[in-house]
Amino acid sequence: MARLVVLGGGVSGHTAATFAAKWLGSAHEVVVVTPNAKWNWIPSNIWVGVGQMSKEEVTFDLAPVYAKAGITYKQAKALSLNPEGNETSDKPFVTVEFTETGKAGTTENIEYDYIINATGPKLNFGATPGLGEGSNLGEFTVSVCTADHAVHAAEELEKCIQTMKKGERQKFLIGTGHGMCTCQGAAFEYIFNIEHELNKAGVRDMADIKWISNESFLGDFGVGGLHMKTMGYAVSSKIFAESLFTERGVDWIIGAHVNKVEKGKAHYELLDGSYGEEEFDFSMLIPPFAGVGLKAYAKDGSDITATVFAPNGFMKVDANYAAGAYENWKATDWPKTYQNPTYSNMFACGIAFAPPHPISKPMSSPNGTPINPTPPRTGMPSGIIGKAVAHSICDKILKGENAPLHEASMAHMGAACVASAGKGLFNGTAAAMTIYPVVPDFDKYPGTGRDTDYTFGEIGLAGHWIKHILHHLFIWKAKLKAGWTLIPE
Amino acid sequence: MAGKKEEANIKAYSQNFTTMTPGPFAKKMRTCVLFQIIRFIIINLKMLVVVSKSH
Ligand SMILES: Cc1cc2nc3c(=O)[nH]c(=O)nc-3n(C[C@H](O)[C@H](O)[C@H](O)COP(=O)(O)OP(=O)(O)OC[C@H]3O[C@@H](n4cnc5c(N)ncnc54)[C@H](O)[C@@H]3O)c2cc1C
Repeated sequence: MARLVVLGGGVSGHTAATFAAKWLGSAHEVVVVTPNAKWNWIPSNIWVGVGQMSKEEVTFDLAPVYAKAGITYKQAKALSLNPEGNETSDKPFVTVEFTETGKAGTTENIEYDYIINATGPKLNFGATPGLGEGSNLGEFTVSVCTADHAVHAAEELEKCIQTMKKGERQKFLIGTGHGMCTCQGAAFEYIFNIEHELNKAGVRDMADIKWISNESFLGDFGVGGLHMKTMGYAVSSKIFAESLFTERGVDWIIGAHVNKVEKGKAHYELLDGSYGEEEFDFSMLIPPFAGVGLKAYAKDGSDITATVFAPNGFMKVDANYAAGAYENWKATDWPKTYQNPTYSNMFACGIAFAPPHPISKPMSSPNGTPINPTPPRTGMPSGIIGKAVAHSICDKILKGENAPLHEASMAHMGAACVASAGKGLFNGTAAAMTIYPVVPDFDKYPGTGRDTDYTFGEIGLAGHWIKHILHHLFIWKAKLKAGWTLIPE
Repeated sequence: MAGKKEEANIKAYSQNFTTMTPGPFAKKMRTCVLFQIIRFIIINLKMLVVVSKSH
């Protein structure tokens, strides 16, 4: 009997674990180690953050789902890996610390035959003074990265709406809280949901809404921008985004590294080296992401963290980490199998794998401060990669150690992104975008780097309906309800 | 005021002066249920192709 341990029960890990359990059956064991008792459909946190959905609508209890799937569930967080075992045993193991009430703080070593690291990001609020401490959100801004954060954001938003109703103007500042952030798409969606809600509440004219981000141009989205087929043109996402911001009366600051946050004020440095500050009454700034800080030890107990993990804490996989300057970047730099190069029974998927380099052009201010988006690993790629990795491991278990690995390169993979504004079926709209491939391949698609037949974007009710459907479909799938395997990642 | 409402947010000499802005027809189509049902089918089909090319 082989044991697969999956670290992290988020989008990627949950997909990997549930498919592995289905494919392996009861002859082998799948263990999920994840610190939260609930699964969260993170994209819908945006609607929670404007008070249009409750936390309960975007989360559900993991224990009954894992019981149904025959998965061993440990409500715990992984601390360290011993891929060679220790002095008393050759068997690899992971050390976990329980988070569930009653067992909190106790540790256990779980032996494994295969392991998947799907621990997602550490929300590194602490990287910007005033934004928070470590992975904890500070007191001056709000966040929509977790369902609890989003509930708090909605409460703060409601306070601002009440203040505006009393006749006092309010300033909203939404975007990224550091020069090396990713996830601009989430902030983009949130700013337009706020704008929509303020309109609905009849206080839009009392609000100054501003975007601040580390993108060098509006519409970069961490993928170096994209060209979308519209009206017979391949239109840059810069035009698309600037048009939307203008239409909705939202101003923007770009190329910004937020370097300090105080009560009601964000300080920033721009790509041209100048400094500025922006006042706010309400601010949602996405934190930079890092790996969750897992350690790795060799058999003799020596620290091999730097062998297994990149300096940013994400796990090294089969990527080309030596591509160098952006002129040398190739689509083939991106990982295909997500296997760790040192330990072949170790894989990483979703946000937890270390990308070879950014997708956006690297930039820094004359003061030497790097200001450019880091590459996103959004929901669809995270799910697809999770499934491919699970497939590889199941094949190794069922067909033998030499079974070929499955591939899921982000340079051969698309992503669909629907940024909604509003939740009502007939009064909301959404910018629906697909991008293919996520990582541009300038050899295969000279010019834009992408297939413009499948890279498109448009605004309308249709995208909004898709967003609604995706919400219900993905929660249905994650709960392993009838036909879940038919719903694509 | 003779100007068009939908162009009013563009500000002279500002960073948004260079962008495009939708006119009333483009805006109307975004919420025209019949047109959006057609777009819904097309976008879904395109997304399904992207999904199938990605697996
Ligand atoms: C507000 C917001 C909106 C978004 N909207 C969209 C969208 O519309 N479309 C889209 O495609 N993507 C969207 N994304 C991105 C999407 O949520 C991520 O791409 C996806 O969640 C990544 O999956 P993951 O499994 O890598 O990480 P996660 O889903 O974050 O899962 C990581 C899991 O690991 C657990 N974990 C953490 N530390 C440990 C540890 N030490 N040991 C064990 N487990 C651990 C965590 O608790 C979590 O359960 C959005 C993100 C945000 C923040």
